[in-house]
Amino acid sequence: MRIALFITCIGDTFFADAGRATVRVLERLGHEVVFPEEQTCCGQMHLNSGYARDAARLRRRFEKIFAGFDAVVSPSSSCVGTVRELYGMENVLELSELLVRRLGVEDVGASFDGRVTYHPTCHSLRVTRVGDAPLRLLQQVRGLELVELPRADECCGFGGTFAIKNAETSSAMLADKCDAIAETQATVCTAVDGSCLLQIGGGLSRRGAPARAVHLAEILASA
Amino acid sequence: MTSFPEAARVELQNEQLRANLRKATDTIRTKRAGVVAEVPDWEALREAGRAVKEDVLAHLDEYLVQFESAVQAAGGVVHWARDAEEANAVVADVARAHGADEVVKMKSLTTDEIELNAALADAGIHALETDFAELILQLDGDWSSHILVPAIHRNRSEIRDLFARTIAPDITSDEPADLAEASRRYLRERFLGARVGVSGANFGIAETGTICIVESEGNGRMCTTLPPVLVTVLGIEKLLPRFGDLEVFLQLLPRSSTGERMNPYTSLWTGVTDGDGPQELHVVLLDNGRTRVLADEMGRQALHCIRCSACLNVCPVYSRTGGHAYGSVYPGPIGAILTPQLRGIENAASLPFASTLCGACYEVCPVKIDIPRVLLHLRAKAVEAKSAPAEAAALRAAAWTFASPRRFAVAQRLLTPLARLRVIRRLPWPLSRWTATRDLRPPAREPFRVWWRKRP
Repeated sequence: MRIALFITCIGDTFFADAGRATVRVLERLGHEVVFPEEQTCCGQMHLNSGYARDAARLRRRFEKIFAGFDAVVSPSSSCVGTVRELYGMENVLELSELLVRRLGVEDVGASFDGRVTYHPTCHSLRVTRVGDAPLRLLQQVRGLELVELPRADECCGFGGTFAIKNAETSSAMLADKCDAIAETQATVCTAVDGSCLLQIGGGLSRRGAPARAVHLAEILASA
Repeated sequence: MTSFPEAARVELQNEQLRANLRKATDTIRTKRAGVVAEVPDWEALREAGRAVKEDVLAHLDEYLVQFESAVQAAGGVVHWARDAEEANAVVADVARAHGADEVVKMKSLTTDEIELNAALADAGIHALETDFAELILQLDGDWSSHILVPAIHRNRSEIRDLFARTIAPDITSDEPADLAEASRRYLRERFLGARVGVSGANFGIAETGTICIVESEGNGRMCTTLPPVLVTVLGIEKLLPRFGDLEVFLQLLPRSSTGERMNPYTSLWTGVTDGDGPQELHVVLLDNGRTRVLADEMGRQALHCIRCSACLNVCPVYSRTGGHAYGSVYPGPIGAILTPQLRGIENAASLPFASTLCGACYEVCPVKIDIPRVLLHLRAKAVEAKSAPAEAAALRAAAWTFASPRRFAVAQRLLTPLARLRVIRRLPWPLSRWTATRDLRPPAREPFRVWWRKRP
């Protein structure tokens, strides 16, 4: 299948590894990945911050660039949520959804050495509803020990500009999330959203925790 | 009003509050999840509840007049109140007309919203709160922090000490049963002597003029049956078209609210009945900003709310900050969309931003209020109403950058010096608010688009 990659602004800038990993996983499965270079940001940040007019312009750009593809994949369920649930673009899928639901693949041939816990991000849980797709993929990774995260369905406190505007509340939520990760004694916390991993990873790093935050795509790409 | 972030900052420092909240909200949400899971057609019920409320709001003018006629036909008196002042005056006038210097009150958010107790106090009338938690707050000059569990921020030893100082000098135990007994003794006599009772309402039935309240303690039934005069204050959005609609809502409400299959007391009354219950009934229909909410097609779904508080119990923000940070009797996610609409966005502009948009509230709402969607809608209004020059400039710059892939690539190149760092520990304001508690992952040494171009 010919699949367009929607890398997202945060993914492009901060999680380039996850982007490369997404390409690697899909190519390994025999698919063709294209990257429309006109893409920048879907407009979620502006929309969620109350700048509706700017968001509308970015939305029109986005639709023009991606409307023509049969399938668009993104390593960010939050951005997928915006463009699919709010803009109504049914052709856009988060990576784990694409693999498990659309392509019917659970074993992507990955090996990963480590004790891993999975944080279901809010938008993957309640907006794009990826369900257990990421867990099914993780269960098939050789060498990987999957451990359950307590209070997994609770928000990590990122919330875009919320993390800055309501920094103290955001930090209180993050502290609880980091505590939960520590309880699992995992070496890696993974998720399908770069933005949430920015928050969780930042919290883990600040407290010198043994666990690090790694995007699901990177685990699936490792061999 | 103090902005949410400022108020939250203070509340977050109270470790006891956070521990109480965590425990209480965890308990209720687990109970709720259990009793909701037993109902095979829960989703259909939610949809039915939503549809009924949507219909009520679409034809509110007709239902209100129908309700008024039905109440009058059953012997009640209907008063229309544009705002808090008018509503409070009605209650004060009724109490005065009956020479009452005290009224007994059941727990009611609507009367809290209009600050009825303070207005009555100004008229020389004491409003006695008879709900256990409301009594606690009243005795201590405190105010509610949760829709259903107003004193959720207090624990039982604090309550024992308060009772020892006020209504039960001899109390030494902080066992729940002993605390309840102390309040029962204090309240019982006051109920029997009261000439006027005041209630809110969960539902008003347009077809029959019936008023319905659901409660746990039975104090509400005493307030609505013992005094010879009853005043019921209800927001105009509380109507249901038909008596049969209760079938839907009496399933949705207790399960969502207390996590019970059915609440202990459900009271229904229609006008006055000879020789039974109050012989004089006044019904106050309150607007107080509701028609303004109704005028907003996206925002009006906030008026669907049946005050169950399920959204509070699952909210990751509420469970950290508690209710007081929201500066209103309507805290939590529902408060974040209701208060700015009732008071005007310019008076509560920070509330729509008091959310991570995690969506947990929408998932549990028994009448399917799409709270995240309304939050987005109100955020746009807040930005229009109240300019934040620094933020607006930053977002305008971001939009300009995102409008062209070339500019975006330049911006990424400007960040590359940071990519050489292993971790970013300090950033200038406003990003210092991030790095106060979190490191920042450095940007990629090579942005994805650069790597893609170089690919063979």
